[in-house]
Amino acid sequence: MSSIAEMAATRRTAEGRRRWLLKAPALATIVIASVGPLAVMLVYSVMAKGAFGGVALGHFSLDGWTNVFVERDPFDDTLVLADANLIIFWRSIKLALVATLATLLIGFPTAYYIATRPEQVRSQWMLLITIPFWTNLLIRTFAIMGLLSNQGPVNNILIWAGLIDKPMQMLFTDGAVLLGLVYVYLPLMVLPIYASLERMDFNLVEAGYDLYATRSKVLWHIVIPSCKPGLIAGSILVFIPAIGAYVTPRVLGGGKNMMMGNLIELQFGQGRNWPLGAALSICLLVIVTVALIIYIRGSSGKENAHGG
Amino acid sequence: MAASQHAFDLKAQPGFSIIARLAIVALYLPILILVVFAFNATSSLGVWGGFSFDWFVKAWHNDLIINAALFSLFLATVAGVLATVMATMAAIAMTRTDAYRGQLVSYALINQPLIVPEIVTAISLLIVFAAVKSATGYSGTGYLVLAHTAFCIPFAYLPIRARLEGMDLTLETAAADLYADPWKAFLHVTLPRLAPGIVAGFMLAFVISLDDVVITDLVKSGGQETLPTYMLGQIRRDMTPEVNAAATMLLVPSILLVTAVHLINRKK
Repeated sequence: MSSIAEMAATRRTAEGRRRWLLKAPALATIVIASVGPLAVMLVYSVMAKGAFGGVALGHFSLDGWTNVFVERDPFDDTLVLADANLIIFWRSIKLALVATLATLLIGFPTAYYIATRPEQVRSQWMLLITIPFWTNLLIRTFAIMGLLSNQGPVNNILIWAGLIDKPMQMLFTDGAVLLGLVYVYLPLMVLPIYASLERMDFNLVEAGYDLYATRSKVLWHIVIPSCKPGLIAGSILVFIPAIGAYVTPRVLGGGKNMMMGNLIELQFGQGRNWPLGAALSICLLVIVTVALIIYIRGSSGKENAHGG
Repeated sequence: MAASQHAFDLKAQPGFSIIARLAIVALYLPILILVVFAFNATSSLGVWGGFSFDWFVKAWHNDLIINAALFSLFLATVAGVLATVMATMAAIAMTRTDAYRGQLVSYALINQPLIVPEIVTAISLLIVFAAVKSATGYSGTGYLVLAHTAFCIPFAYLPIRARLEGMDLTLETAAADLYADPWKAFLHVTLPRLAPGIVAGFMLAFVISLDDVVITDLVKSGGQETLPTYMLGQIRRDMTPEVNAAATMLLVPSILLVTAVHLINRKK
């Protein structure tokens, strides 16, 4: 008996070693070039800042973290609220939330319509949604920039129609950033909603109508509850990249309408305050993690409610 | 036809078809306009001045654009191949096994680059690579290859794992019963059936590397411009349709590859 157990154990360890060797290169690469650097950044956030960028290694300081919220007045050395940072935080959260809501309002009807098409047509519709998703984000942002610029087609059409006499400044506004976020992340909303609608049992809808429910009642009480996991997944998938957006606000918001990503980058460029930049990065990471936890709780709770 | 018009459509919701159609138009119209103006005869990005290939010719003779495009292709190929090989190995190790301790950690690690905002990864790499650069003096393409490989792994991993999960084990068991050694069984039985997943994984990794701008822009050293970072650098200058032409050249391979992946997956 014991020899069989031993043999099984040896086989299991050999098998285990083989599995470890197989996945080691992928895991090592990610640890070296993604997880590890995050840990280094955490360390940098509690160091004193170097005179010409970088940090004074070994000189522990919480300035990076306190600078997120307060800064020293350059004239009288008193502590004042770092309102520039807080305004950018608030703008990021606001823009990300509104962009999520807007993509939800456009993405849900779109996903529903596609999911109710005949099977052949459905995959063609989904290809149409997928292509922009895999298309270069910078190019798509450029496309919006071209559209909104003072010499762009939108202004030209408005002038031609006689609605305005000189180009309207649309670029470099919060509105332009919002439009850009909605435009680039819309496919991320449609994909998961479509996936959960595709599995929906339309017999429930039929039962609803048999019981004299109206179209809107069927929508609110049958369709939406049954694709809730997809709605939550889509919202998280849009919110996370939107709050961490860097390219979209840089191209469409110009220098004034920054989001958190641009504020972080600034600390490693002109700002030369690496500890503050590291602390801001960790703040962003915490917001993203909280959003993910809400998502995981939301989706697992759903499964329990249905008995798995 | 007449009968179906009168029948009650269970699945219809008022206005949804219009929203869906408008959404598709809105997704493509800006890109279409960008591509159309690449063919503009004048230097305007808003007024149509006739059809011409001038801007493509100009972009083709612009060494900065061509070198950036070649470097983009080089980086995407190297990082794509490395990421696909590593992701294939990891997927084989992590699927078709009983749940065991550490598997969840491995899975979380593989998907980690998907979760962290790109700017945060870019900044943390900037910090680490700056330290390594000043310690070793090395400032070659190794940093970009490493960074690109890392964030391409989860994209290569997804279709390969999906393909593995859909495969049944009978043939491999049969090969083992016939005394094929594990390596031979893998080469002649598993690999051919896994191939569509590996090809799809490579294509996605390639596209993701080709498209990256944030991480590349912060990690690159001098002379390591990719097509996206070159384009980002052009924003503040007076933009001409030359940038549109460069963008169009970048769009075409991405769209072709994604359509190919779609067709491969559908054949399954």
